[in-house]
Amino acid sequence: MNIVVCVKQVLDPEMPTEKFRLKDNQVISPEGIPLVINPCDAQAVEAALRVKEKHGGKITAITVGTDESKEVVRRALAMGADEGIILTDDAFAGSDSLATAYILAQAIQKIDAVDLVLCGREAADWSMGIVGPVLAERLNLPLITLAKNIELLDNNILKVERIIPDGYQVFEVSLPAVLTVSNEIGLPRLPTGMGIINAVRKEIPVWSNQDINTDVSLIGANAEGLKLLSLSMPERERKCEIVGGETPDEVAGNLAGKLRVAGVI
Amino acid sequence: MAQNSTVLICGEQEEGKITAVTKELLGVGKILAGGLNGKLSALIIGSDIRDSGEEAIVYGADNVYLVEDPLLSQYNPDSYTTAITQACQQIGPSVVLLGHTTMGRDVAGRVAFRLGCFPCMNCTNLDIDSKSLVQTRSVYGGNAIAVVVSRDSQLQLATIKPRAMTPLEPDSSRKGEIENIKVKIDDPAIRTKLVSTTKEEVEGIKLEDARVIVAGGGGIGDAEGFQLLQDFARILGGAVGTTTVPYDEGWVPTTSMVIGDSGKTVKPDLYIAIGIRGASQHITGCSESKLMVAINKDSDAGIFKVSDLGVVADYRKVLPPLIERCKALLAT
Ligand SMILES: Cc1cc2nc3c(=O)[nH]c(=O)nc-3n(C[C@H](O)[C@H](O)[C@H](O)COP(=O)(O)OP(=O)(O)OC[C@H]3O[C@@H](n4cnc5c(N)ncnc54)[C@H](O)[C@@H]3O)c2cc1C
Ligand SMILES: Cc1cc2nc3c(=O)[nH]c(=O)nc-3n(C[C@H](O)[C@H](O)[C@H](O)COP(=O)(O)OP(=O)(O)OC[C@H]3O[C@@H](n4cnc5c(N)ncnc54)[C@H](O)[C@@H]3O)c2cc1C
Repeated sequence: MNIVVCVKQVLDPEMPTEKFRLKDNQVISPEGIPLVINPCDAQAVEAALRVKEKHGGKITAITVGTDESKEVVRRALAMGADEGIILTDDAFAGSDSLATAYILAQAIQKIDAVDLVLCGREAADWSMGIVGPVLAERLNLPLITLAKNIELLDNNILKVERIIPDGYQVFEVSLPAVLTVSNEIGLPRLPTGMGIINAVRKEIPVWSNQDINTDVSLIGANAEGLKLLSLSMPERERKCEIVGGETPDEVAGNLAGKLRVAGVI
Repeated sequence: MAQNSTVLICGEQEEGKITAVTKELLGVGKILAGGLNGKLSALIIGSDIRDSGEEAIVYGADNVYLVEDPLLSQYNPDSYTTAITQACQQIGPSVVLLGHTTMGRDVAGRVAFRLGCFPCMNCTNLDIDSKSLVQTRSVYGGNAIAVVVSRDSQLQLATIKPRAMTPLEPDSSRKGEIENIKVKIDDPAIRTKLVSTTKEEVEGIKLEDARVIVAGGGGIGDAEGFQLLQDFARILGGAVGTTTVPYDEGWVPTTSMVIGDSGKTVKPDLYIAIGIRGASQHITGCSESKLMVAINKDSDAGIFKVSDLGVVADYRKVLPPLIERCKALLAT
């Protein structure tokens, strides 16, 4: 099994809300908050590792980003991926989801005999969830989205459980195929000490547009499909009254009383 | 593609009835069609769907296109992507809307790519500004709200977040034509096979319909803790919700109770968050609750900033007496 996992670097979505700041319609990277691997992408790496453990194969982690994005590829390598590729070029800067999918597709076509391409369900920042689907179109491969479990059957058929609002669907698809992986797949493994050492030692090739020959009119900021009008923070704050009491029972009594007065119980 | 300012909604039906999100699509579609001086058309796909076409007119469609094909009797990503794309090519709308649903979020990206436009996903509001579709959506896990506009107004495609927009009142005096259109689906184009569907519906009141929600997070600590929350919810006539942590930890069996960015959006009268930190990804799904109550042992927890009433305590100590007190009050 030759598996490619697309990984994106994002602002840590688990950072405290009060650290989130905007200026001039831009998110300002808060100090001390690291960029991390997009959580669903770590889960996509996890899904790939589970397949590899059972059936053998090779996992390549690939990202479109800057030099800084090396860290997400290293994270995937430290978890157990075998190879990494970084796609970086001035021409790629500001690419939207469609352009990113195009860049990824051009690169994946350069990798030999890919059986399975995994993406995260969506990126934790802009959450469009369309890079995977458009990548499938670009590669002319079948797609299953929102996978929560995958299992390789005989004859190169992949059985995929796909999340729906109150349950799941089971799909079968023959490889090669593209999947997007949802968080229901379970927590990703942490890198091991050995994994981290291997990841640091590993040479990660950097590919530019010369290596993948995209049509530059379709990528970068100039090709953006949407224009940002405004970015703002929602008003959610409320004035909180802390309900007290001498004993837990008294606190409970006071709270129950207030709920009654508010007419909600 | 013809340019006739049609807003086309891709409706969905279940057993001949249009779904709730389809009514919401018609509601917002009507406003957009007004803004474009155009008409509102509905597309419905499946087999045996004529009744749902009539219902779509009652809910505001000016006309309806049906695509009926045995190959479309059951949802399939490949056949539906092909059918919707071809229907759009024949109808020539300037705006295409889908629900951000099992079907919509699956096909929208590919349909948009095939039609050559940019899809904007999971919008919470839509508007028209001089022919362009203005789209509002939540980004950065609910930490921010982005308003974007399509650069190209020829054809614009978006999915809408369920329950974010308002349907029109049904009006059976509305009239409109229902027309069948044909699409061509080749067998080789169908590369995926739906084998089965498993429902994991939670017993009792549906979260989305519950007037009272008792929600538990990482602070609950184990499956027994959730039993206590179930008891509390039952007494209050409500439902139990969760953050993503209890599923990850294996304390609850499904993610169908998750509230937030990747789960459900709820607007109950009373929301009691127990052992929940208040991450933006969670709050974005419950911030419109009428009364928000937090029980958390950490007085600095962000959840208190978005709550009306708070108790700083170990829930294991206050919840049992709270259940008794509420029981007593409800008996009076
Ligand atoms: C108007 C507008 C303004 C924006 N402004 C900014 C901004 O200021 N700063 C900013 O950081 N972003 C910005 N973005 C977002 C940026 O364009 C997208 O994040 C990016 O193109 C990826 O798309 P997505 O987040 O929608 O990915 P999704 O479609 O949600 O991603 C799904 C999956 O695709 C894969 N994937 C996505 N991106 C990559 C990648 N780069 N490399 C490898 N795999 C990937 C991952 O597996 C991911 O889980 C903006 C977007 C819009 C529409
Ligand atoms: C892309 C993405 C999507 C996401 N979508 C969602 C989503 O839809 N919904 C969602 O909920 N999360 C979502 N998350 C996760 C989210 O970011 C947070 O990690 C999560 O909401 C935290 O859950 P929590 O507050 O229950 O847990 P924790 O962070 O573990 O917090 C537990 C809280 O309980 C308190 N506590 C501990 N013990 C007790 C006790 N005995 N009594 C009282 N209080 C106690 C602690 O003080 C703490 O405040 C998403 C994340 C990502 C990256």
